[in-house]
Amino acid sequence: MKASQTKVDRRKFLAGVAVAGATAASVKNAKASPTSADGGRLPAVLPPTAHQIAIETGALNDTSAKSHGRPGSDFMVDVIKSLNIDYVYSNPASSFRGLHESLINYGKNTMPEFITCVHEESSVAMCHGFFKATGKPQMMLCHGTVGLMHATMAVYNAWADRVPLMLIGGNDLDAAKRPPGVPTYHSAQDIGVIVRDYTKWDDTPVSQQHFALSFVRAYKAMMTPPYGPVLISLDAGIQQTPIESPNLTIPKYTPPSPPQADMAALAETAKILVNAENPVIVVTRMARNQEGVDNLVKLAELLQVPVVDQAGRMNFPNTHYLNQSQGGQSLIRNADVILGIEVSDFWNTINQWIDNGENHGHGLQERRIKPNAKLITISGVDLLTKSNLQDFQRFTPVDIAMTGDGQTSLPALIELVKQAMPADKKAAYEKRGEAMKKAWQQSRDRTRQQAALGWDASPISTARLAAEVYNAVKDHDWCLTQSASTSGWPHRIFKMDKHYRHIGSSGASGLGYGLSASIGAAHGNKALGRLSVSIQGDGDFMYVPGALWTAAHHDIPLLTVMHNNRGYHQEVMHLQRLSNRRNRVANLGKTVGPVGTSIESPNIDYAALAKSMGVWSMGPISDPKELGPALKKAVEVVKSGQPALLDTVTQPR
Amino acid sequence: MKSLLCNLAMAAVGASLAAGSAVAGDAQKGNVAYVKNGCFQCHGFVGQGGAAGPKLTPQPMPYEAFAGFVRTTNRQMPPYSEQILSNEDLADIYAYVESIPPPPDYKSIPLLSQ
Repeated sequence: MKASQTKVDRRKFLAGVAVAGATAASVKNAKASPTSADGGRLPAVLPPTAHQIAIETGALNDTSAKSHGRPGSDFMVDVIKSLNIDYVYSNPASSFRGLHESLINYGKNTMPEFITCVHEESSVAMCHGFFKATGKPQMMLCHGTVGLMHATMAVYNAWADRVPLMLIGGNDLDAAKRPPGVPTYHSAQDIGVIVRDYTKWDDTPVSQQHFALSFVRAYKAMMTPPYGPVLISLDAGIQQTPIESPNLTIPKYTPPSPPQADMAALAETAKILVNAENPVIVVTRMARNQEGVDNLVKLAELLQVPVVDQAGRMNFPNTHYLNQSQGGQSLIRNADVILGIEVSDFWNTINQWIDNGENHGHGLQERRIKPNAKLITISGVDLLTKSNLQDFQRFTPVDIAMTGDGQTSLPALIELVKQAMPADKKAAYEKRGEAMKKAWQQSRDRTRQQAALGWDASPISTARLAAEVYNAVKDHDWCLTQSASTSGWPHRIFKMDKHYRHIGSSGASGLGYGLSASIGAAHGNKALGRLSVSIQGDGDFMYVPGALWTAAHHDIPLLTVMHNNRGYHQEVMHLQRLSNRRNRVANLGKTVGPVGTSIESPNIDYAALAKSMGVWSMGPISDPKELGPALKKAVEVVKSGQPALLDTVTQPR
Repeated sequence: MKSLLCNLAMAAVGASLAAGSAVAGDAQKGNVAYVKNGCFQCHGFVGQGGAAGPKLTPQPMPYEAFAGFVRTTNRQMPPYSEQILSNEDLADIYAYVESIPPPPDYKSIPLLSQ
């Protein structure tokens, strides 16, 4: 299939506009004019009414005074630049026009550079992905009302995923000065309330100096683990008024020390761990960077303890024999000590819920650990708990509960374990390690044999998809930005040996994250010379497909491989379960899944959709034999600095 | 989707009866019933399994155990009563699952042996 390259030539574009303008003028001068009902002549072109002008331009009259001296928004740019933010992801809006103008003109559109997004949900998710790939927080700028409302799902994902991002919402506070009509619809008394349940902090500065104080405070708040989003409500007035004083200052930012778990509790944990027969370490979002991975490896190797990585981040290499994630349930079931470090759902780690209609339809809840197993947790999330949204998951009683950042607490725990290790246990640790090596190899062989099932099937199996994608990127410095619902195959097939090999998932499982977060991650990876690849679910894709345009417009190299299973398969079984439970045949309508769960009839042409936005694409590909050659071409496009999309039709999971 | 069903049916040609099982079934009809009743949603179109359901091949459990599980399971998979899935369809589905050829040794597949 021919690749599409639709770079816009500015001169040709403007020439086209000129032609269109000439056409409009000729219409105005046309002789054939309509007549009114009473036979009188009407003007050839009816001008818009004052009300229509107001709707489209956002103001009845331009009453803004010419500025005297530099505007306050220039100072705001200085504040933003002081924190070395690379990009501001934004969909333009009048409520921050002052800052927008200062960013691109006074700030020269660098550090930060304005990245044009077509939806605020994309803007936030791009910041989200960028941070997880690079460790550098970015900024999004939006209308404080309608834009922030669009952004909310992505903000909640970032909150639940413990990711920092700076949200700036424009808002025209002064009711006596703000333009009437649309700008007033787009103003609010308190925009922070829209996201306050899932941001770490927000403020509404009322002066330029206040903005500087709050911006640096917000930055510090979001960058203190546990990380999270913050919001500044940016008044239109203080952007546009001249700099209020020659003595404005920018506060110095000092990176905060993350909170460590209590030393006495860590020492008690060390004693328990060194004497355990079958300990297991479980992690979800433990490693914030490679240092976290390296320290977890050190801890595990000291005692030859298996690690179950729940993959909220890449916490532990799957190339290491102590990574026993594949046999995780069995290890947890037989453990005498379970140490959970930054586990997002500890209840569901040690229990299981069976959705079988028992218990008046609520399902069975079964404990899956030994009765006397010691339960120990280290997590900073208790420092971030709010009441409304339930991202903190079910309360779980444990034996030792340490409030503190997991990664920060590891070096102390390692030292305490070294001190507590009895000399006579060395042989037992070595024996455990040997058993883990054997189990790891057996698991690897079983996994690969299972991947061979349906190897040549069409639609393409998710195992084949993962194996083909890995084969296409393995010789590059790759980063898997997401893996969609592909039965964990990428984690079983890809050799994940570095922290950035996989950046985890959305956080709150809110659809609309994957494409934009992957583009954000690819944007960050670009400067680091990494090849970014995303296995992209079709349902998630359709929430904000316009993000592809941003990737094309800003030359963001991302390889998107569609996991196009033409349905919402998470929901399919819910309908099937309820239908069976109620002894009814599930109504399929005109699709293969229960009504409301399929994305087919018509099938979406993702390759055509990508092409329409200037993204190189191929597909749909249903024959697995065509996948390898197509991936090879796509990787070449991405290596040249452009995004590429392959539409691959896949099995459900 | 018609072409999909056609492709899948091709895989089952020649296995019109579930050899060795206690109940005779039609693998080709079973392929259609397998899709129509949503088995593929969790177990994959060729029974390879996935996060939502285990693999069914190769060497599926004996028919009696298979049918008993489908009718009475109390785990994540919902039970399929006779009102939802007829005995004939169930036997056909089993015949289809039995007809799916075993996979090659993964060591013969370059992408899996690296």
